[in-house]
Amino acid sequence: MSDPERSSAPEQPAEPGTLAARWNVKQRAGGIAVPIATVLLAFFMGGVVVAATQHSVHKALLAYRDIFNGAGLNWIFHPTTNLLDISAYNLSQTLLQTSTLILTGLAVAFAFRCGMFNIGGQGQYFMGIIVANWIGVSLVGMSSLPHILLALALGTVAGAVWAGIAGVLKATVGAHEVISTIMLNWIAYWFGSWLFGDGGPLQNSTQPTIPISDQVSPGARLPDFWGAQGFQGVHVGVFIALAALVVFWALVNRTTLGYEVRAVGFNPDAAAYGGINVKKNLIRAMAISGAFAGLAGAIDMLGGTTNYQFGQLDIPVSQVGFIGIAVALLGRNTALGTLLGALLFGGLLFGTTHGLNSGAVIQPELAGNLTYIIEGLVILFVGADVLVLWVWNTPRRLFRKRAKPATSTAELPA
Amino acid sequence: MSTWTARLDNPLSARLRDAAITGYLGIFLGAFAAFLAIPPIEARTITWPILVGIVAMLLGVWTIARGRRRLGWGAFAAGLLGIGLGVLATYSSTDNLNQAFDATLVAQTLGATTPLIFGAMAGIFSERSGVVNIGLEGMMLMGAFWGVYGADKGNTWVVGLALGAAVGGLLALVYAFFAIHLRADQIVGGTAVNFLAVGITGYFFVQLYHNAPVPNGVPLLPNVSIPGLSNTHFLGAAIGDLNILTWAGFALVILTYVVLFKTPIGLRIRSCGEHPRAADTVGINVYAIRYACVVLSGILVAIGGVYLSEGPTGNGTFIFNMSNGLGFIALAAMIFGNWRPAGAFGAALLFGFSNALALRLQIYSTQAGTLFRALPYVLTLVAVAGVIGRTVAPAADGKPYVRQ
Repeated sequence: MSDPERSSAPEQPAEPGTLAARWNVKQRAGGIAVPIATVLLAFFMGGVVVAATQHSVHKALLAYRDIFNGAGLNWIFHPTTNLLDISAYNLSQTLLQTSTLILTGLAVAFAFRCGMFNIGGQGQYFMGIIVANWIGVSLVGMSSLPHILLALALGTVAGAVWAGIAGVLKATVGAHEVISTIMLNWIAYWFGSWLFGDGGPLQNSTQPTIPISDQVSPGARLPDFWGAQGFQGVHVGVFIALAALVVFWALVNRTTLGYEVRAVGFNPDAAAYGGINVKKNLIRAMAISGAFAGLAGAIDMLGGTTNYQFGQLDIPVSQVGFIGIAVALLGRNTALGTLLGALLFGGLLFGTTHGLNSGAVIQPELAGNLTYIIEGLVILFVGADVLVLWVWNTPRRLFRKRAKPATSTAELPA
Repeated sequence: MSTWTARLDNPLSARLRDAAITGYLGIFLGAFAAFLAIPPIEARTITWPILVGIVAMLLGVWTIARGRRRLGWGAFAAGLLGIGLGVLATYSSTDNLNQAFDATLVAQTLGATTPLIFGAMAGIFSERSGVVNIGLEGMMLMGAFWGVYGADKGNTWVVGLALGAAVGGLLALVYAFFAIHLRADQIVGGTAVNFLAVGITGYFFVQLYHNAPVPNGVPLLPNVSIPGLSNTHFLGAAIGDLNILTWAGFALVILTYVVLFKTPIGLRIRSCGEHPRAADTVGINVYAIRYACVVLSGILVAIGGVYLSEGPTGNGTFIFNMSNGLGFIALAAMIFGNWRPAGAFGAALLFGFSNALALRLQIYSTQAGTLFRALPYVLTLVAVAGVIGRTVAPAADGKPYVRQ
C-alpha cells in the first residue's frame, strides 16, 4: 500500500539495524544540523514577520542588529570590564538570564531523559522563588553564608517536592505528568498570588497596599563578582548554574542513577525486565528535574534579579520555566546543548526587552513579542525534526538517485 | 451496573439502596446545606448546614463503599463544601450575603462557564480523534484578539466572531499538519502553539493598536433575552438575559454529544481515537478525520476566546495574554469530565461557578478569593490522581498514526 512518493522521504522509519536507521538515529539524537537549521528557520520567519509588518527588509535586518546589541553581544568588539559601558551591562544581564535558563532548561532535559515531559518548570520555579523569599526574609539573625545556603537548599527542595508530586502520581496511579504538571503550575501561580497578594501571609509588611513581598535581608543575598554601584550585578549564581551543568552531565552519564533513568527513558519495559525499579526512577527523575527549576527560582530571588522581591504583579510576567522547554529541546537534552540553548534564549530575552535601546528600529514592546514568536517557532520546528531534516536534505535528494525504499512502516514510538 | 430502564423496573426500596441514587442524593444535600444559610431561607444558625452536610458526607461514604467511588467522593466533597460555605455565610453579615449570593451569581457563573464549554468541547473533538491539544490556550488567545480586531474593523460582532474563529482554525491547521503529517510530539507542538499565540497576538496588538486599549465602541456580542422570562423574580435575573454565545454553548454540548455518540461520523471519530489501525482497515481516512477534528477544535475554542474579549465581561478590549490559563481550565474540565460532553459540561459549570464565586468572595476577603481560583486545578489534580475514580483517555490519544 505504500505509495512511492512517501517511501523515499527520510521520515519513514527504516528497519532497525540498517544503515539508514543508524544514520537516521544519529541525525535525530546527536546531530547539530537540525538545531542550527531550526534556529535559522525560526529567525528567518521572525524576520519575515517584521519585514512584512514594517514594509521593509532593511528594517528587519536592522531590528536583528539592535537585538544583537541589546543582548550585549557587541561587547566582543570592544571588551571592557566597566559595567557602566552599555554593551558590558547588557552582556552581564544576558549572562544572568542565561544562568536562569540553564537551570530551567536542565529541569526539562532531565525529565526528558527519563521519558517524561516536565511542562511544570514554571510552577517549580515559583515554588523555589517563594521558599527562597520566605527563608531570606524571615531568618534575619542568621550569619550570611549559612543563610544563603539554607535558602538555596530549601528553594531547591521546594521545586523538587512540587515536581515530585507529579512523579509520585505518575508512578503510583499512572496520571500523565503533562496534565499534573500543568495543574501544579497554576496551583503554584495562585498560591503565590495569595501569599504575596493583599493581606497575604508573605506580603510586604510596610506597604500593605502593594501586592509584593518583603525584600530578602542583605545577609541572604548572593554576592556579586562583577558589578557597579546601583546596578544589577552579575552574582555567583552564574557559577552555580555552570556547576549544575557539570552535575547534570555527571549524573546522567557517569552514575548508576543516570543509567537507570536513561534506561527507563528508552524503554520502561526493558528496564523493568533488567531489574530496574521503574516507579522509583520516575519519582526520582521528576524530583531531580524539579530541583533544577527550584534552584533557578532561589537564585533569581537571592541574586536580586527580581529586586529581592516578588509579587503578584511579577508572577504573570515571568516565563522562564516555559522557555526552559525550548532550551532543552534545542539542546537535545544534553548539558552542552542546554548551555548553548540558554545562551541563545538568554540573549534573545534580554536583547528584545530591557536591553533594546529606545531608539531601536522596532520598539521594545514589539520586539519582546517577537521573542515569543521565535520561541514558538523553534519549539514547533524542533518537535518536527522530520520537516527540518527533509528541508535540509532537499538539495542532496535532488541530485541523488532514490534512496533504497524503507521497509518498515510500523507506528513510531510515541 | 444496571441500565436505566432496568432500574426503573426495580421496586422503590431497591432503587433507594442503589449506590447511584444515594450518591446523587448526597450531592444534592451538600448543595442544600450551603443553600440553607443563604437567602432566601437564611437559617441563621450553623447547626442546620452542618447537620445536612454531615448527612451528605455519610451518603458519600455509603456510596464509596458500594463501589461508585467517583460519585461517592463527589457527594463527600459536596457535603464538606456545603458545611464550609454554610458556616462562612452564617458568620458574615446579611448585607454581604445578599451581595455574594443572588440571582446574578447564576448569570455570572453561566458567563464564566461559556468559554470553558467551548474549550472543553473543542478538546473533546480533538482528543476523541486521537490528537492531544495542549494548544487550546493559545488558540483561545488568538480568538480573543482577532475577534476584537474583526469587530472593530468590520463594525459588527459577526465579523469579529468569524475572523476569530477563522484564525483559531488556521492555527489549529498548522498544528494539525505538524502533529498528524509530520508526527511531531503533540505536547511539544501544543506548547509551541501557546508560545506562538502569545507572540502573534502581542505583536499585532502593539503593531495595530500601539499598545493602547482597543478604541471604545467596538460592537459586542449581543445578549439574547427570553420574552416573558426577563421580568420574572429570580429566573429573570439568572437566565433571562444571557449572551448569545452562552446559549450557543449549551447547544454545543448537546450537539457534541449527539454527533460523537449518535451518528456514524462520531463513531468514526472515536474509532480514530481508540484504534486508528482498525479504523484505517475498514476504510476510514484517519488523517482526514483527525485534520477535521483538530481544525474544528481550533474554531470552537477560538469562539470561546472571542467571548472573552467580546462578551459582557471583556467589553471589547484585548489585554496581553488575556486567556491567562482559561484554556488550561477548559482542558482540565475535559479531563475531569472523562472526555465526555456531559461530564465536561458539569466540570465546566463547577469551574465557572468557582471562578464566579472567587470574584464575589472578595467581598469577604481578597485572600480567600485568590486562593479559590486554584480550586479547579486542585480538583483536576485530584481527579487524575484517581481518588474519585479513574479518568480514561482515548486509547490512541497523542499517538501519531502512520498510514500503511
